[in-house]
Amino acid sequence: MTFGFFLKEALRGLRRSSAPALAALLTVLLTALVLGVFIPIVQATTGTANEVRSRVAVDVYVKDSATQLEQAQLRRAIEKTSNVKSVEFISKGEALARAQQKNPKAFKEGAELLGSNPLPASFRVAPEDPDNLHLIVERLAPNGEPSLAAIDEVRDREEDTNKILSATGLVKALTAGLAVLLVIASVALIANTIRLSIYARRREVEVMKLVGATNWFIRWPFVIEGVIVGFFGGLLAVLLLTVAKETFIDPLSERFALLAAPETIDFPLLIVVLMLACIAVSAVGSGITLRRFLRV
Amino acid sequence: MYDGGSVAVDHASMRIGRGEFVFLVGPTGCGKSTCIRLLLKEIEPSEGEISIAGRALNDVPRSRVPYLRRNIGVVFQDYKLLPNRTVYDNVAYSLQVIGESRQETRRKVPDILRLVGLSTKLHNFPDELSGGEQQRVSIARAFVNHPPLLLADEPTGNLDPETSIGIMQLIYRINRTGTTVVVATHDKEMVDKMRRRVIELREGRIVRDEQSGLYRPDESTTEFAIRLRGEMGVGPEGHPN
Repeated sequence: MTFGFFLKEALRGLRRSSAPALAALLTVLLTALVLGVFIPIVQATTGTANEVRSRVAVDVYVKDSATQLEQAQLRRAIEKTSNVKSVEFISKGEALARAQQKNPKAFKEGAELLGSNPLPASFRVAPEDPDNLHLIVERLAPNGEPSLAAIDEVRDREEDTNKILSATGLVKALTAGLAVLLVIASVALIANTIRLSIYARRREVEVMKLVGATNWFIRWPFVIEGVIVGFFGGLLAVLLLTVAKETFIDPLSERFALLAAPETIDFPLLIVVLMLACIAVSAVGSGITLRRFLRV
Repeated sequence: MYDGGSVAVDHASMRIGRGEFVFLVGPTGCGKSTCIRLLLKEIEPSEGEISIAGRALNDVPRSRVPYLRRNIGVVFQDYKLLPNRTVYDNVAYSLQVIGESRQETRRKVPDILRLVGLSTKLHNFPDELSGGEQQRVSIARAFVNHPPLLLADEPTGNLDPETSIGIMQLIYRINRTGTTVVVATHDKEMVDKMRRRVIELREGRIVRDEQSGLYRPDESTTEFAIRLRGEMGVGPEGHPN
């Protein structure tokens, strides 16, 4: 009987004060919409930033005179260095092929002119943490002196790296800051709307207490109301988002890399997260707001 | 029964026996309502002790207060009905609060509403009723689970004399079933006619406690006239000062 009773009470409450309930529902709907648009944007941005960061690398050039054995030793030495994620060997031939691809004309003529391949073989070292790239450089070539005989030179393409790191760092910090602000604003907005709707019924709560109702007896219907409002607010938001995604984003995503960024949250997961967040915020919000009026 | 110390009620001691009918009287602000609220543990005394049926209220923890209140019926001057519930649901609420089964609720609520004479208004909302009818609903709600103690704070304060008599009759009938009744009121006529125990408060202190008393001890018309003129700031000769 109890749950049915609470549910009935909640429905009665919604029916009898439908204006504040509608306001709460709209608030939930709007904030869920904004969050639903913003979460993928944040993720696409950080995803792109991370993708750019992954291009940061150290090049270790190998002396032409180095033997196979020395090369193998060098490879092992690099792999053992801390903060190294992966090592890619680029042979002289590959290096030439890549250079030719970038600038076909110049290299075609150059190679003919020189008669031999001027480019050295190299190891391209990808770091675990791009921000600590310099550790790898310092380890392999302390103060610019190569630590192994086979190394000709160690280069981290300093200027590019620094630009990439500072630009992507800023983008990530900005989006994270915006996301936090948005979440705080959403919770505050929903809490405020709920507070208004409960404030309108504080007399009722007082009477219930005087008749001898326990706090939870009074609170459950309000919490269930919150769940219902949150559920329908979230549902409407998700429906609108789906429609928007189908009509606007999907046709465009083929043309814009940002929209199709691989690390964007799955749409179904986004829906679930939004729904749960809406329900939780509005149920907990109702329960907590009520506490102030229960002190009779 | 009661001994409190605060600004509203100061060093007032009284003992009310089981099944008694007591009027708390006195001018506005004398501490009548404070007494009622203290008994409900709506407010706590800063000093002194209150006990109901041998149980000291100071020792009742906050979480047990709802259970204390289930044994006390309360009637207020402003009825305090739940505006979005029908008469039936208002009365049923105090049964639902104690976890009464649905069948019992269905049986008891119409019974009590018949007792207070509202059996035809079961499905009306409070704002569709007259003041007297609303007060009857609130009495029904207070008495539906037969509490041993009924508190009434100005139950006839908003009603005309004729309706007031009906309400008092109802409270009296409840008292006859063995329920202790405490009525805070300044309805002089009612107190004088009923001739029950009267406890008079003035500025938070008990100034009188007599069995079958009057609202104010006997006073001749002349005495009253003198008091009236004095209080109105009019000289004894009838000329304005």
